[in-house]
Amino acid sequence: MVDGLLDWFRLIGAKTINAVWRIGSGTRFLFLILFHSGLSFRRFGLTIRKIFFSGVLSTIIIVVSGLFVGMVLALQGYETLQVYGSEEKLGVLVALSLLRELGPVVSGLLFASRAGSAITAEIGLMKATEQLSAMDIMAVNPIGRVVAPHFWGGVISMPILATIFSAMGIFGAYLIGVVLIGVDVGAFWSQMQAAVDFRYDIVNSLIKSFVFGVAVTAIATYEGFDAAPTAEGVSGATARTVVTSSLVILALDLMLTAFMMRGWN
Amino acid sequence: MSEDNLVEIAELHFAYGARPILKGINLRIPRGKVVAIMGGSGSGKTTLLKLIAGQLKPLRGGVKVDGEIVHELDHNGLYRVRRKMGMLFQFGALFTDISVFDNVAFPLREQTDLPESIIRDLVLMKLHAVGLRGAHELMPNELSGGMARRVALARAIALDPSLIMYDEPFTGLDPISLGVIGNLIRRLNDALGATSVVVTHDIQESVKIIDYIYLTAKGQIVAQGSPQELLDSSDPLVHQFFHGEPDGPSPFHYPGKNYADDLGLKAAHG
Repeated sequence: MVDGLLDWFRLIGAKTINAVWRIGSGTRFLFLILFHSGLSFRRFGLTIRKIFFSGVLSTIIIVVSGLFVGMVLALQGYETLQVYGSEEKLGVLVALSLLRELGPVVSGLLFASRAGSAITAEIGLMKATEQLSAMDIMAVNPIGRVVAPHFWGGVISMPILATIFSAMGIFGAYLIGVVLIGVDVGAFWSQMQAAVDFRYDIVNSLIKSFVFGVAVTAIATYEGFDAAPTAEGVSGATARTVVTSSLVILALDLMLTAFMMRGWN
Repeated sequence: MSEDNLVEIAELHFAYGARPILKGINLRIPRGKVVAIMGGSGSGKTTLLKLIAGQLKPLRGGVKVDGEIVHELDHNGLYRVRRKMGMLFQFGALFTDISVFDNVAFPLREQTDLPESIIRDLVLMKLHAVGLRGAHELMPNELSGGMARRVALARAIALDPSLIMYDEPFTGLDPISLGVIGNLIRRLNDALGATSVVVTHDIQESVKIIDYIYLTAKGQIVAQGSPQELLDSSDPLVHQFFHGEPDGPSPFHYPGKNYADDLGLKAAHG
């Protein structure tokens, strides 16, 4: 009984130490990326290729998801608003929901699943097949040549993807609300325009998606670089990227929203 | 350090965690020679290459390459020494997202400011040397194992290194590719005036091209000499290794409990 309890405490202790060690090692890795980022900007073509890899290849899932989320939001929103006779507020509801929360958060989660996992798998496989080692032997720093362009490619892509997501969501809501249900088109757009604040809604939305982009790509590149050079190691690292990134996005969203809220004393 | 030796290793100790791998290795690699480091699987041969390249740091002792103690160099110093090195990895380690041409051009583009027209000529010359000039447009996934190894060799010699390291270059190759790679190692070493270190356990192929052999076992050098000297050696371990005997000083069975005890036979009889 006592031995079992001690084993349990030892396990908790070991897991805590491991978690703290990984946070420290991950933070050090992020600083290494920033330190070796010069090449990503001097030879911007390297970063452009990674923007294609992370951003352009994620566009389809972002466009389709944004469209469907906007459509569902319009259906649900209309259902509730018509009870209070406020159907013309549908555009406001959809736009604010997407810009403030759903756009950055859902596109961040999709980005973690699509691009984050791909980044981890690519870097992990490069490590497993000794490509990173080969680069290092050729006196080419793999963090500067491979990891940093991936990082900046992801960081640049994420706000663009979140913007596309929100735009597609609003378009989806327009199709359902205005074209299908018949909400007044003038009210839909004009009330949205009046309610959405550039600084408070749009800039904050971009800040959120930028922070999520930094978090996801830092986690994805770290997990790939730190992966055990085996099939199991790379698959485990890929799964950890998706899980950790998703939880970190949700936690960061709560913190950022708390900081960004107006009128909260 | 003697001017005649490109690499000198003295009292080198290395461990992965608590597991010792190298226990006091001493060896010298003379300039212009092709030297083999042989030994069974897990005897620390690849680790030794990584220590020469400065990818690992020793516990004690050190490696000198061209007069510089590798593990004492800072990042820039290490990369300066590595520009004199080329390495052929066990399975080539080609960059899979770029073509054969771009793989060979990679070190030239990264390390020099040469114009693209000169890089093109150099790449084609290196590929011609390994017989694959005609394959320069192929992607790595379109190559056979032997071809990938030759492209990786062309990439390793792209900057005309003074030290070329080969990690198990013969593994998994058919007899023709094996002969081609063996021949290339010798020919390129002599043509470039380089020095080569070949980590291998392929005896048949390597004895044809090697000048000198170091045999490792249990983290130490247990024998050294020319291929013929080691083939003729009466030392039981050397004899077992070079004649492929399954049991001997290097036992067939991994150390474990008594066989009868493991099967529970004693208990049954008792």
